[in-house]
Amino acid sequence: MEDWRRTPLVFWVTSLPPSLWLIVFFLIPLALVWVMSFGELDGLVDIKITGTLANYERALDPLYLEVFGKSLLFAGFTTVISLVVGFPVALAIVFASPRWRPILLLLVILPFWTNLLIRTYALIAVLRVRGFANFSLEWLWDQGNTVLALLGLGSYQLLGERFEPLELLYNNSAVVIGLVYVHMPFMILPLYAALERLDRSLIEAALDLGASQFRAFLTVVVPLALPGIISGGILVFIPALGSFLTPDLLGGTDSQMIANVIERQFKGANDWPFGAALSFLLMYLTFAALTVRALVNRRAERRGGA
Amino acid sequence: MNLAKVFRNREPIGPLEYTRRTWMRLTLLATFVFLYAPIVTLVAFSFNDSRRNIVWRGFSLKYYEQALANDGLIEAFVNSLTIAFVQTIIATILGALTALLLWRFRFPFRGGYEGAMALPIVIPEICMGVAMLAFFSRIGWPTDLPWPLNLSAITIAHVSFSFPFVAVVVRARLEGFNRELSEAAQDLGATEWQVFRDVMVPFMRPGLVAGALLAFTLSLDDFVITFFTSGPDTVTFPVKVYSMVRFSVTPEVNAASTVLIAMTVVLTVLALWLQSRAKLKPEEVAG
Repeated sequence: MEDWRRTPLVFWVTSLPPSLWLIVFFLIPLALVWVMSFGELDGLVDIKITGTLANYERALDPLYLEVFGKSLLFAGFTTVISLVVGFPVALAIVFASPRWRPILLLLVILPFWTNLLIRTYALIAVLRVRGFANFSLEWLWDQGNTVLALLGLGSYQLLGERFEPLELLYNNSAVVIGLVYVHMPFMILPLYAALERLDRSLIEAALDLGASQFRAFLTVVVPLALPGIISGGILVFIPALGSFLTPDLLGGTDSQMIANVIERQFKGANDWPFGAALSFLLMYLTFAALTVRALVNRRAERRGGA
Repeated sequence: MNLAKVFRNREPIGPLEYTRRTWMRLTLLATFVFLYAPIVTLVAFSFNDSRRNIVWRGFSLKYYEQALANDGLIEAFVNSLTIAFVQTIIATILGALTALLLWRFRFPFRGGYEGAMALPIVIPEICMGVAMLAFFSRIGWPTDLPWPLNLSAITIAHVSFSFPFVAVVVRARLEGFNRELSEAAQDLGATEWQVFRDVMVPFMRPGLVAGALLAFTLSLDDFVITFFTSGPDTVTFPVKVYSMVRFSVTPEVNAASTVLIAMTVVLTVLALWLQSRAKLKPEEVAG
């Protein structure tokens, strides 16, 4: 790396275009929202910057605190479910034969290059009342009845007269299912990266010394995969926390997340200052999550160095 | 190698052969079914000859014909492609410059600069969408321009979130560059511009192409940020699909989505292939 003063002309030619773009079309817009969050509505459209904290106070209203709580809860659930399901998947890919490994990895990566909206839409078609999940359940229910009838337990008696389709859409669990569906690859890939680097002789040593598979997993594999778990957790948690489309399309009226409330302030309610304050609160939560990761990583590095 | 022997031995499952255990395979299978079943059903039923999505009534292309006849949908598709093309060119140039800057120079507040460049990648999309909406309405960006100039606001917003991604990809490629090559060129009398044109750009090319493909897909895919910057006359494909989905689930949307999925899959595979080649190259040079 060379000092910028050696070739100042080259330095300015390379640095000015991207820097100006970032400042004008990213940092200034963000700053504008930040300033707006300290403003008040003046009439219907105008916003007066008064330095008020009223927008942030309003965000502390139980109504909005609940939305924040719910968003954190959804994101948390999504992270935990992705971890529990993603860990065995990552492990299976790492220990797959060299011929299969790239194929399995590609299969994990492909869906997250598919349009988010289309994937969510595809999920609606599966989960709705006349969708495939219920269709499959109904089929199982019919088969179950046939078996019961064959066993002489009577047709359509034990399981009820009619199949009642489950309401799988427009509720909290639909949102969590959707979030897991969308964010799972973000968990599997860092876990894979961490597990791939893992020295297999350590597991073998633990097993040779008499540890059960489960104990070797808990005391050897999990601690060594911790950086991957943290990275994956953050990579799932942050976008899940700020998601708009999934709760919008899959959620019911009581499963709205922060982003939906923000959107409403800007598009429906027209209360931009309040929406701006909510956006910045969401951003601060994001930064807090990133800080946690940085701190954990630093501690892990220090321990690794010692 | 002991391990190799364990792997070749097909009979009993070794302690570390997790992938050969039945429950692991079931988890793997269940996860892939979960990830793919919705998309596969969506694609399959775009060819279904029935309005109700649920029962297979035979192969048909009629929903593709309907989608093609839907002027709003086609217009949105053309808009999306136009935005993606233009923004990809700008984002690739800006991203490449950022990568070169961070790879080559030491300058004050470098850490802060890198952090600022990563911001568009980490902040929630909704915050960025809201910021773009506030910005363009505040500066009074004209909304009644003729096509394609009316897409400029969306294009600008797309460049802002995609060029840092390009920078990451190109920089990863530059890590494998042997600085002695550019120094040798300079020693032989090449000017900065000649070194850039004849040494740096050819070396960066796979990274540039992979980054451009990434930028293109990101732009085609984006809904949230576009949603906040688009007006009634500047509907992109995802925004159009969103309004259709809110209205009802129809095979026509399936057909349109399938086309987009096919496009992204092709682009992804191309990008991944180029990226793996990009990673291989430096070793070839070294060896």
